[in-house]
Amino acid sequence: MGDLLLLAQDSSGFFPIFLQTLVKGLALGSIYAIMGIGFVIVFKGTQVLNFASGGMAMAGALFMSIMINDGGLPFMPWSNPLAPAAGTDPSIPRWLINLFFALIFAAIMGMILERVAIRPMVGQPLFSMAVITLGLETAIGPFNRDATSQAARTLGVPWKLEQWKLFDAGIPKSYVAAMIAAAVCFGAVNFFFRSRFGVAMRAVAFDQEAAQAQGINVGRVFSIAWGLGAALVTVAAIFYGMGPFPPQGTVSQEIHPILAFRVLPVIILGGLDSIPGALYGGLMIASAEVFAGQYLSQWTKILGAGYSTIVPYLVMLIVLLVRPYGLFGTEEIRRV
Amino acid sequence: MSFGRPHLRTSYEQDSAIFPTWWQKGAAAFALLFITLMVLGNGAAAAIPNWLFGATWLAPFTLVIPFAIAALGYNILTGVTGQVSLGHAFFMGVGAYTAVALGGKGDGGAKACIPFHENLGLLESAGECGLGLPIWIWLPMAGVLAALVGILVSPAAVKVRGLYLAIVTVGLTFIGLHIARMLPEYAGDYESGRKWPKLDIRLWKEETPSIDLNEDGKWFGLIHLTEEQKQFFFLFAILLVMMAFAKNLVRTRTGRALQAIRDRDVAAEVMGVPEQHYKRIGFAISSFYAGIGGALWASYQGRVSPIDFSLLLSVEFVAILLIGGAGTIAGTMLGVTFVELLPKVVERLTGWLAGELDSGGVISTIANFLLTSGQQGDFGPVSTSPTAPGWPMSVFLWNPVIYGVLIVVFLIFEPHGLFGIWLKFRNYWKGWPFSY
Repeated sequence: MGDLLLLAQDSSGFFPIFLQTLVKGLALGSIYAIMGIGFVIVFKGTQVLNFASGGMAMAGALFMSIMINDGGLPFMPWSNPLAPAAGTDPSIPRWLINLFFALIFAAIMGMILERVAIRPMVGQPLFSMAVITLGLETAIGPFNRDATSQAARTLGVPWKLEQWKLFDAGIPKSYVAAMIAAAVCFGAVNFFFRSRFGVAMRAVAFDQEAAQAQGINVGRVFSIAWGLGAALVTVAAIFYGMGPFPPQGTVSQEIHPILAFRVLPVIILGGLDSIPGALYGGLMIASAEVFAGQYLSQWTKILGAGYSTIVPYLVMLIVLLVRPYGLFGTEEIRRV
Repeated sequence: MSFGRPHLRTSYEQDSAIFPTWWQKGAAAFALLFITLMVLGNGAAAAIPNWLFGATWLAPFTLVIPFAIAALGYNILTGVTGQVSLGHAFFMGVGAYTAVALGGKGDGGAKACIPFHENLGLLESAGECGLGLPIWIWLPMAGVLAALVGILVSPAAVKVRGLYLAIVTVGLTFIGLHIARMLPEYAGDYESGRKWPKLDIRLWKEETPSIDLNEDGKWFGLIHLTEEQKQFFFLFAILLVMMAFAKNLVRTRTGRALQAIRDRDVAAEVMGVPEQHYKRIGFAISSFYAGIGGALWASYQGRVSPIDFSLLLSVEFVAILLIGGAGTIAGTMLGVTFVELLPKVVERLTGWLAGELDSGGVISTIANFLLTSGQQGDFGPVSTSPTAPGWPMSVFLWNPVIYGVLIVVFLIFEPHGLFGIWLKFRNYWKGWPFSY
């Protein structure tokens, strides 16, 4: 469970395997980075470490699956006009539009959760807020588990399992898509932080009260942060669901609920408040995970099946021993 | 000593006493007596109404006790020292698997036990291992080993603070699950688990236990007890010892140092409290409690699988602490009783409502609104079948939802938990008729 499949079986030779592993690491790293950016935006905007990311991401991915696979939501009088014919995968434009609606859904969900559960807690200790999100995660989880319990929730991957050939190495299109998604998200977030709202968010991250005194609508910044954060983690969950990632084109009952917890080492490494840090952290952690999974695989019986999934946590523990604030995080100034 | 108003102290001894007022002493004694009588009367006396403390409630109450022990430890780490950990399930697991490695027996099945260090490189699938030692060895060792593991991970844990610690301990939980998967000869099958040693007091490995906890019979030739009653009293005695230790810890130099770190770590350091040293101590003590609690839980349950020690269990302790009230023993007890009995109560309530579906009247309407029994046109969110997948969800899936919502609700509306509600109530009468 949770272990990335060894893709290199069909090709041989040192270089193709290395190339495939590298691409796999970059692809997984892109997904970790997108999710990490989702964490970081919420933390910058509201000073909350969002443990509910996993639940929200999975709910967003499930929404996508329901839209594409079931042809519309239950309890709704109309069906989704952009759903593909039953049993087929959608074309890329249709898929993109559905993705867009899934992101809107996730953003609205994030905003509602923020307004209901987080807004009343403004000014409370960091820990109380984090625990609130832990409560949200616990409360959302069963609904997700229930939705996936009956049948596999396929996500409709437009490019299925197709590969490109490069120097004898198979490069799955999903990996490239994940990298493109990470580039788009990273660019969009950077662009956002140059915009009016982004500048407001940076001000709020620096000092909430001072920002309000300058006329910034802090509540709206909170809303935007949670909406953006939820949308970003949903992107990550959807791209992680596309084969040949282990869920094999579905929203997985085993892997998706803990996906967000696997990204925690990434934001530790990158620092809770650094967006480039999330990108570097994601690439480093995912590379460590994928390379360990590929090149230590002959010792699988000693290390245990699925050992590569705990590599991120081990890396995190070692990094924290050396640098308690991660590699890119700003050290907290402690005052009495 | 006075009958006393709370916070009206007349001497220093009174201020540091376990029960500062006669009223509290009396209430504690009454609670002890009440619990004893309830458990003794249970099953024998039909006069006690079943809904209050019938025989069917003894097992759920007994199950609360191991969690109460572990929750006391969590309170020491998070409530007293202020270090937020999400790795309590991991330390419970360490305790439980120490217990089974020392106290458990091989299944006697087809496969022989091959210990991990001998199996390394052979890669044979081995049978289950265990030394079959008595409880007075495996129970303390479960605590001690958990504490040692706590000290082992503390270099990473005491350096970081706040959210970083929470994340590190999440990592611990996942690493622990993986280790359990690596060691099937101790942990059993990953999904279905393995058998634990029974709660029996033996001197050494002899056949008949000196004090039998798994059969009805006379205890010390005096009093006839059922199996469940024996187990309850045994676990309850351990709980009382652990409670006394936890209560006393707060009154010592170490306890004051821990509280100073919670209130302001930098200020504590400035006053000469070595922060990392005491954090390590807090971690070790908390892990000790978790280990004992985990070992008792697993052996009381009889069969536990590694997935039971997942992150959800750690979150349960967060819920216990927040719902009960952080930093106090009474609050912890309230919280653990509330959180651990809640699933049982919800389950019973659902069963009762399901029986009332067709009775007509208000309750029947409520039942029809809440429950779905599979008939056409039902729309209730709770399924009466415990196993049916899909919407409507079963009671077992609704339980975590209730925890989660309760965590949120308590944090927003009553951050001091049930104990805070009691304090408000008490303070209202303390100054009566004045409201201040």
